[in-house]
Amino acid sequence: MANDTDLIHPLWVRLTHWINALAIVVLATSGWRIYDASPFFAFAIPREITLGGWLGGAIQWHFAAMWVLVGNGLIYLACNIVSGRLWRKFFPLSPRAFLADVLAAVKGRLSHVDLSHYNMVQRAAYLFVMVDSVLLVLSGLVLWKSVQFPILRELLGGYEAARREHFLAMAALVAFAAIHLLMVALVPRTLLAMIRGR
Amino acid sequence: MIKKPFRQLAIDGDLVLKDATKEISRRLDQPTRRAFLQRSLSLGGLSLLSGCSLVDDSSVENALMTVSRFNDKVQAWLFDPNRLAPTYPDSMITRPFPFNAYYGEDEIRHVEEESYRLEVTGMVADKHAWTLAELRAMPQTDQITRHICVEGWSAIGKWGGVPFASFLRRVGADLSAQYVGFKCADDYYTSIDMPTALHPQTLLTLTYDSQPLPPRYGFPMKLRMPTKLGYKNPKHIQAIFVTNTYPGGYWEDQGYNWFGGS
Ligand code: HEM
Repeated sequence: MANDTDLIHPLWVRLTHWINALAIVVLATSGWRIYDASPFFAFAIPREITLGGWLGGAIQWHFAAMWVLVGNGLIYLACNIVSGRLWRKFFPLSPRAFLADVLAAVKGRLSHVDLSHYNMVQRAAYLFVMVDSVLLVLSGLVLWKSVQFPILRELLGGYEAARREHFLAMAALVAFAAIHLLMVALVPRTLLAMIRGR
Repeated sequence: MIKKPFRQLAIDGDLVLKDATKEISRRLDQPTRRAFLQRSLSLGGLSLLSGCSLVDDSSVENALMTVSRFNDKVQAWLFDPNRLAPTYPDSMITRPFPFNAYYGEDEIRHVEEESYRLEVTGMVADKHAWTLAELRAMPQTDQITRHICVEGWSAIGKWGGVPFASFLRRVGADLSAQYVGFKCADDYYTSIDMPTALHPQTLLTLTYDSQPLPPRYGFPMKLRMPTKLGYKNPKHIQAIFVTNTYPGGYWEDQGYNWFGGS
């Protein structure tokens, strides 16, 4: 964290970001296979894009990657909070400035000159995905250990409700990732910065 | 909605053949686990693993198995012996309660009541074989709890029978032993940890919905644990043994998590 100032993304942000991306890919693709064992919507996920082969394999991947997501996520959040970076980079959030930035983005006029500064759309999107990841972990805990976490279970509306919440939180995260990747493709310099740090 | 998981590792050729013919219409391209791992490893950012000779399929499999063992320990640590699973009113019972096994409904085993004896062996003082009448003579209790399947679905049912803890005490089981194992008339087998065996809601089940347990739900007896997933709840139990040697289980030996708690 020492050379925060000359880097766009300090090393710990880059490391936790890429570990997180890997964990998310494993969790999403194995989770789809678990969903397929007993779908509660009118569709199943095509087997070809799932991980694990059979239900038992998918569960093994899922319950291994969950530790990576949680451990890595806690490190990211702790560093972000302790260093004060969370407040510096993602706040203040202003709904009006957010709308202005969305409009500017649609018109292709959003500035990307200074990559060390997140615009309102980026702030909102990144904060959203942080909160969404927390919801994914909490609903996942209810699915894994519904008897052992009674307060959490009741807060989320019970086991069956937690299944739907877990799925919807996953869908929101996948939607984020799709837009995220599109944005990175539009401004490839950001990718370089997320790899090299500058 | 209710499907049974597919067995992946061949143990008994006949069973595998039966399974295969049953599943074939639904899952024509069910790959073997090994072939699948190769395919799965080329997915997403993981392709680097399959190309690297240092990381072969079996070491990935072993690593995942090691994490699964670690998850057993975490679950044993999280397990609170006094924490009860939620119970529900009669009106919330799922009707009909789903049938699920590693075989189809046409292969449900029919156990004869007259000749039935429950074998009790291992680290117990009293090894006599039990008749159903003897079991029914013990104090009974019932529960309406949620059955959660590893596949994700859940259903609420009503089970009655002998609290397993009182049965274990009655046969003088060594309660400091690590495992209780089960062998079943449908060739199913599984095992559980002693703390779960002694949990107040763990029930040596003789009835379903206040009727003698029907064959589809495991006549003459199943072990009902609302603190564990469905595959940990054996049906048609013929033998119970108390041991310190890890007994494994039908699905557990193929990769399902052993603790399987909820
Ligand atoms: C593998 C595909 C991915 C690529 C190529 C990628 C790329 C990037 C890049 C280039 C940035 C910096 C963008 C900027 O300056 O605004 C970034 C930031 C970020 N990405 Fe990703 N990303 C990927 C996957 C994900 C996933 C799956 C998540 C979350 C579930 C995620 C969450 C984030 C977050 C929260 C930030 C902001 C981090 C911070 O500044 O603290 N990314 N990503």
